[in-house]
Amino acid sequence: MANDPANANQNGTTAWQLVLAWGFVGIPLLWGVSQTIANAMKLFQ
Amino acid sequence: MSFLERNRTVAKPGFNRWMVPPAALCIHLCIGQAYAFSVFNLPMTKLLGITQSDPSDWSIPELGWIFSVAIFVLGFSAAFFGRWVEEGGPRRAMFTAALCWAGGFLISAIGVYIHNIWVVYFGYGFVGGCGLGIGYISPVSTLIKWFPDRPGMATGMAIMGFGGGAFIASPLSVWLMSKFSTPTHVGVAETFIIMGAVYFVFMMVGAFLVRVPAANWKPEGYTPPVQASKLITTSDVYVYEALKTPQFWFIWVILCVNVTAGIGVIGQASAMSQEMFPGHITAIAAAGFVGLMSLFNMVGRFFWASTSDYIGRKNTYFVFTVLGFALYCAVPYTGSVGSVAGFVLCFLVIISMYGGGFATVPAYLRDMFGTRYVGAIHGLLITAWSMAGIFGPVLVNYIREYNITHGVPKAQAYNVTMYIMAGLFVIGFICNLFIKAVHERHHMQSDGALGAAAEAGAAKAGRLTGQPANA
Repeated sequence: MANDPANANQNGTTAWQLVLAWGFVGIPLLWGVSQTIANAMKLFQ
Repeated sequence: MSFLERNRTVAKPGFNRWMVPPAALCIHLCIGQAYAFSVFNLPMTKLLGITQSDPSDWSIPELGWIFSVAIFVLGFSAAFFGRWVEEGGPRRAMFTAALCWAGGFLISAIGVYIHNIWVVYFGYGFVGGCGLGIGYISPVSTLIKWFPDRPGMATGMAIMGFGGGAFIASPLSVWLMSKFSTPTHVGVAETFIIMGAVYFVFMMVGAFLVRVPAANWKPEGYTPPVQASKLITTSDVYVYEALKTPQFWFIWVILCVNVTAGIGVIGQASAMSQEMFPGHITAIAAAGFVGLMSLFNMVGRFFWASTSDYIGRKNTYFVFTVLGFALYCAVPYTGSVGSVAGFVLCFLVIISMYGGGFATVPAYLRDMFGTRYVGAIHGLLITAWSMAGIFGPVLVNYIREYNITHGVPKAQAYNVTMYIMAGLFVIGFICNLFIKAVHERHHMQSDGALGAAAEAGAAKAGRLTGQPANA
């Protein structure tokens, strides 16, 4: 991965594109995980 | 539509390979909804009665078939379309998966609206199941080609999405149904329409993002091994030639065993925990336990698949089988001494290995059969999942029923099942032990008969012309 940012500087992927792409999938996933953890905590109550 | 063609998806110089995992996750997070389909079961038993089931309403067993058909079709569509996916490239496969998956929801909405269960079986089960199968394998070989240095981690990330899709779908479905429900209407059909539309858009983003590496591309600083190591080949095996190797069938059995052991307890985790610890685990706590298991199922996919890049695939499955055997043997003991913590810990590790087994297997196939047809071979292997989907619940449910009808207390009714599951891991252990490198007579050769046959088939499909051997 360390070599990839160098690639990105040629004419391809920008850091913003990476952030957008990962945010697009990461935010819904984190929301779902947080909901599940909140439910799972009932096991310890 | 030319933008779907494989040659339109070849990455330009400067494309960052870390854009590909989000593309794969766009697909797997959507199709992972299948694990959350049960949230519709209860509302769909009240489509006519609204507040309670009408005699004309659908029953739970009738609704249970929707998921079963979808999982069955998943396995066989992955096997049937595997080579088509491999040769046509990931974008065409993702687009098709999006059409099938969203179409399945829309057809099911019609089925709910006209109250015809067969339309729902066809919509979600068959059409949606095809979307599941094609979508599941669509990014696998592409990820392996982008991450030759860490194939386990790459496929683990995508397949983790399949485990995580239910986390999003479950609360989203409940929220949508609450928005569309009225005193005279349950709101399932509208929820299906919205979810179909949302999933189509989400999956199309994945189809637009995905790229295949250019010919002879490799990560900077990465030197591919010149010679095959003991268990990692540098050659390729043609998709149908893989079926003639014992390695394919050994891995098939290992996956089937691992999934059977996991899937059998996933469906029964809530009831099992309450019956083994009456008075200690309440219904609410059991729901929390199920949520925790889902989380470990998802995290295990990334953790174990990534670990396999360092310790090797064979060693990873060695850990699965040995640890699985020990933990399943320990479960009855935790019940007899009343150790809730021990019981929960056993199943969380087991379920992490269940997910890990799914996520590590594409890299195992790549090690055995090379990268060229790994997606198609993976598709054929997924039939093990379909079979396990039948074996697992049958083992758990019927043995429990048999024990209870023969006077065994409910708290001990699962003990025999646990020992049978442990026995399954012994079978998996033996199969894994026998896995050695694929004999070179199965390898594709550019001027050999196998290679020629494969090239002819590929050229007929008009997709591989000009593509490198491993692109």
